[in-house]
Amino acid sequence: MVLALTAVGFSFAYGVSRLPNFAHGAFYILAGFATWMFVRELGINYALSIIISLIILAVVGYAMYRFILIRVRGMPISEIIASWALGVAILETLRIRFVGAFFTTPLFIEGTVKIGGVPIDLQRVVIIGGGVALVAVIWLVTHYTKVGLSLRGIAQDERAAMMLGIDSDRAAAIALAIGSALAALAAVIILPVGSINVNEGYEVLIHALAVCVIGGLGSWTGTILAAFLLGFAGILTGTYIGTMWESVVVVVAIILTLIFRPSGLLGRQKELEERV
Amino acid sequence: MVTEARRRERLDRGIKVRTERLYAVSGWQEIAYLVVPRLVLILGLLILPLVMPSMYWQKVMVSMFVFGLLAMAFDFLAHYVGLVCLGGALFTGIGAYIAGILNSYFGLPLVLTIPIATLGGGLISTLLLLPCLPLRGIYFAIITIIFPLAVPRIITALNIWGGTEGMTVPGVLPNVWVELYLILGVVLIVLFALRRLVNEDYGLVLRGIKDNDQAVKASGINITLYKAQAVFITSAIGCFCGAFLVHQYGWCGQSLFALDFSILPIAATVLGGVGTLVGPLLGSCILVPLVEILRAIHYLRITFYCIVLLAFIVFKPEGLMSWAQRKYHQFEHWEKV
Repeated sequence: MVLALTAVGFSFAYGVSRLPNFAHGAFYILAGFATWMFVRELGINYALSIIISLIILAVVGYAMYRFILIRVRGMPISEIIASWALGVAILETLRIRFVGAFFTTPLFIEGTVKIGGVPIDLQRVVIIGGGVALVAVIWLVTHYTKVGLSLRGIAQDERAAMMLGIDSDRAAAIALAIGSALAALAAVIILPVGSINVNEGYEVLIHALAVCVIGGLGSWTGTILAAFLLGFAGILTGTYIGTMWESVVVVVAIILTLIFRPSGLLGRQKELEERV
Repeated sequence: MVTEARRRERLDRGIKVRTERLYAVSGWQEIAYLVVPRLVLILGLLILPLVMPSMYWQKVMVSMFVFGLLAMAFDFLAHYVGLVCLGGALFTGIGAYIAGILNSYFGLPLVLTIPIATLGGGLISTLLLLPCLPLRGIYFAIITIIFPLAVPRIITALNIWGGTEGMTVPGVLPNVWVELYLILGVVLIVLFALRRLVNEDYGLVLRGIKDNDQAVKASGINITLYKAQAVFITSAIGCFCGAFLVHQYGWCGQSLFALDFSILPIAATVLGGVGTLVGPLLGSCILVPLVEILRAIHYLRITFYCIVLLAFIVFKPEGLMSWAQRKYHQFEHWEKV
């Protein structure tokens, strides 16, 4: 579920605007540190600081589109380079300020519950519940609200959508803002369990990319399915072979997917578009 | 308020037109027009090490040329074949480890390890990246991001080849002059070879793949094969850099997979001018010494590269070299519309 949470934001932005947001992992970490700073250093209420960091990240995503990506839209090489450069810049700058020590945010709920005799932290329950709720909300928004419908319209056929009066730039900016906010949400939900670390940013990006490739770029159901598959595969190798091998599993999974099912598990309709 | 509508009119210089094709050799002026810029570059690069004041700056120059090579390789792959490689560090790392292993475990001499690492490393990298070559879109970028981050983990996990501490490589290049002129020679050869290559029919096919792969495929050309060859060329250059660095440091470790080798070449390419091949070299000749001068920001250097990169991509996407070429070949004046 952790994987699904982190990947769904990337998948969302790419699916709508065809903009690969290689700064995704950086946004995740940025949100984590922002929340940490608000709570620990400025002493703001926890719930409030989460909301603030979500808003900040949405603004950052929007600004990234408005000021940087809009100028290189349609040039895939520059899009990739620009977003990757921004992501690395954020991560490496954060490395100066938050070096070494472990940063962690407080749990939402203390305590554990027993399910089938196995004690589970309530925070992990929150993660799972949050993930399910998030997917449900995204589905509802994209199917029943005007903004959501316009985003889907752009995703399916940009020119036709523009003819019907949907502003493509605005939709893409909104998509990136939502995608970034989703990264932030994933961060604030997940981070209480572990700790924040700059290197995690690359990790998160790798996992998000892997999940998206395996599930099919831009396909949301595929993303969630792939997140579960990859998560279980990672846990299995972690327990039976060794935690070091988890990253190997990711790479192998991607390569196998690209060889046998290049457009991902559920990315069928785009096969013609992506395969040369 | 009345704004006067003006535009810049650009015209080719007469001499540029006169030096096309065979007419290039029709007189000394025409020959000079073509030869002088190239000669300035070659002689300038050859003389530069001699006028460097100290050993320190000579070492800086070596790393400058290494990054220049990497940047040219990136430029070739991204702007002539359309494959954006975000992890050039993969190539340096693979080349470095091959050279390191051959030298420290099997004791092969430098003359053998560097070529073997170049060709073998190119082959291995190409095989690793082969699965995503039949696809278009952002797959290649994704895969190349993942590899340089994952491979060091595998090395750590297996604890082979020195694990996290790296291994000492006994064979080192004898002195700084050999280092300098070896890398300089390779830089010049690669530069002119790539320039020639992209203007041949072969380069035409590659550019065709970048612009419209369907059309190339419709002409009965195997795209994947061409892409694989281009990736081989690029990764072989990258692997050479890795092998060279190993023999320069006398040490081989995971820092050869570091982010610098991925980001700096990209920044240098965008700064110097995309698609010009000489631009990236120029870009790294500016960036590397600049970072050395600004040693205070050492920890922020990657951020610095990224900011240069973003600034150029947003405000001056053509880069320095394209600008210079335009000034050299054309004159411009304002014109009322």
